[in-house]
Amino acid sequence: MTSRSDAGENQQTGRLGENILYFARTLRGAGMRVGPASVVDAVRAVQAAGISDRDDFYWTLHCVFVSRHEDHPVFDEAFRLFWRSRELVEKMLQMFSPMANSAPKEEERKAGQSRVSQSLFAGQEPKQEIEKPQVEIEALMTASEREVLRNKDFAQMTAAEIAVARRAMANLVLPMDTVRQRRFEAVGRPGVIDPRRTLSSSLRTGGDLVLPRFRQHRVVQPPLVVLADISGSMSQYSRIFLHFLHAITERRHRVHTFLFGTRLTNVTRQLRRKDPDDALMECSRAVEDWSGGTRIGSTIHEFNRLWSRRVLSQGAVVLLITDGLERDGDDILAHEMDRLHRSCRRLIWLNPLLRFDGFEARARGVRAMLPHVDEFRAVHSLDALSDLCWALSRPQARAADPKTWLKAIAA
Amino acid sequence: MQDARPIPDSIDDTLSLLSSAGYVADRALATVLYLSLKMGRPLFLEGEAGVGKTEIAKVLASSLGRKLIRLQCYEGLDVNSAVYEWNYAAQMVEIRMREAVDGGKGGEAARAELQKGVYSDRFLIRRPLLQALEGEAGAAPVLLIDELDRTDEAFEAFLLEILSDFQVTIPELGTIRAKEPPIVIITTNRTREIHDALKRRCLYHWVDYPDATREMAILKAKVPAAGEELSREIVAYVQKLRGLDLFKNPGVAETLDWASALIELDKLALDPQTVSDTIGVLLKYQDDIARIASSDGKKVLDEVKSELRAAAVAQGN
Repeated sequence: MTSRSDAGENQQTGRLGENILYFARTLRGAGMRVGPASVVDAVRAVQAAGISDRDDFYWTLHCVFVSRHEDHPVFDEAFRLFWRSRELVEKMLQMFSPMANSAPKEEERKAGQSRVSQSLFAGQEPKQEIEKPQVEIEALMTASEREVLRNKDFAQMTAAEIAVARRAMANLVLPMDTVRQRRFEAVGRPGVIDPRRTLSSSLRTGGDLVLPRFRQHRVVQPPLVVLADISGSMSQYSRIFLHFLHAITERRHRVHTFLFGTRLTNVTRQLRRKDPDDALMECSRAVEDWSGGTRIGSTIHEFNRLWSRRVLSQGAVVLLITDGLERDGDDILAHEMDRLHRSCRRLIWLNPLLRFDGFEARARGVRAMLPHVDEFRAVHSLDALSDLCWALSRPQARAADPKTWLKAIAA
Repeated sequence: MQDARPIPDSIDDTLSLLSSAGYVADRALATVLYLSLKMGRPLFLEGEAGVGKTEIAKVLASSLGRKLIRLQCYEGLDVNSAVYEWNYAAQMVEIRMREAVDGGKGGEAARAELQKGVYSDRFLIRRPLLQALEGEAGAAPVLLIDELDRTDEAFEAFLLEILSDFQVTIPELGTIRAKEPPIVIITTNRTREIHDALKRRCLYHWVDYPDATREMAILKAKVPAAGEELSREIVAYVQKLRGLDLFKNPGVAETLDWASALIELDKLALDPQTVSDTIGVLLKYQDDIARIASSDGKKVLDEVKSELRAAAVAQGN
């Protein structure tokens, strides 16, 4: 991807450019987002740095190609494999030393090239290597904690279903779903004076008439973070709430979605796909513990430690979808729920298992979690997406207050 | 203020420049910083709180003799407080003055002139981003955009024009372009993801916690009053804590604070009582403190002591 003039200026950088281009393709193949512009940048950076050793070369390419901390291991592995032939890097280095003006021999270059193409394919290995999670086998397993790794196929959505879902989503109002920003927007009705607009409108009349214009704080939707349970006991609802999550990701900004059973998976990027079937397929590929056991406590611990600070800023609302059936140990669960509750603006628990009005919060997991949620919403029947929307948009009833449920247990 | 010095010529120069100003950097950071200076690209630093991201900009400004312009980001930061604002009161007065002088003579021409007069440089209040575009040749200021993750996406989008073309468009006045692009350093604590479009325009670097050797060097440079033995214990202890899977690991800033605190208390070595009395300097979450106060803390301290003793014996041989 080096421009023609670059190549003309300096025959030697042509080779360098080509190798960096191949390297960039290797990175792209391994799942990193590397565009043509960064190849040009990389060549410029290497020229600017005037590299003299392998480490400098590594960090020079690193700062251009890696733009997310998560990509570092992929880059590291790809770099090691791609530039593993010592001669290749040395040849690169030679291009910068004034001694090595003579072009390398044709024969040597060919050898270098074949190695490049070998490592080009080798470079794609790390993707599988890195992304393949290790299966943990625990000696002490109870039935519900067992980790079952399986994939899931979802029935495709029909056109009618999509239409109904759209309508249901349009009526969805989440509880406490607005935050006042510090930023302003213009309004017609009197309030706080907007000096800038007042002045510019008065200038239109040559300054004769100064009529006040007004502004008010803008109101926006806060970020939404969804933690959805996909364990065995919830499996009959998975499809419905994945559709719900896809629709909600499409409708509003700043939605982060995590699925958990025995492990936590961030499926935000997968759900951003436009087509619902596509998105669900990607999700089912990304998640490995469909319909397995539940470890709510430890997955929320993982969320708190690794993600809470990254996604819960700016007044996020957390929507937790789970039945609360947990045998992981109530102490850790209560503790982690407490931490989660303290790090977000509002924690809403949606429980789809409350099918009877006579439900009592007897299960130990439920009792551990209830004191730490702001709102407890129940769905009595969950056959369609509209039920889910209905449960969430209902005005706050006494039944949604977790204290009501806790009192019922105590009595 | 001292005279502005030119940017360094090589990675080694950059490294020595930083260390001369008391910042102990690793080679990776020096490489990225050098490239960012050389290529005139903004440097995007991401990392946990307290690993010295902001400090890089400060050190760079002081060691290059440049002016440091700092834009602290916060939620709701808008163009009026980041780039420019008109002095409305003075503009109003100006309009009234003109009326008094001209005696209210109207007409299109007068109106156009009034517009021009009111929206002139005199009434422009320059905020940090605009100030940063006014560097003289060879003395471009260092622009620090601190904690970018605290603003919202709308502001991020506004930065795109400034970061790629080093220019600002003011509708009433036209486009203001920098004669000499500023040295831009952006920091974020990763409380949310910054959009790829912005990252693409920058050189990215993840600032990690330093390893023991480098942390030792930092401690020596910043808190020279700490004795050799105490420093070694402090560093070993903090390094151990970072391996404990705590909710918030202590950063370099905390290590330095802790060292100063221990010196104030006239301590020459760590003991369990001192650690538990001063742990609040190092850890800021009750969960973490409770964990260290229980058995974990003592275990870590014992390990540190025995390892240091073993190392001393090995050296003695």
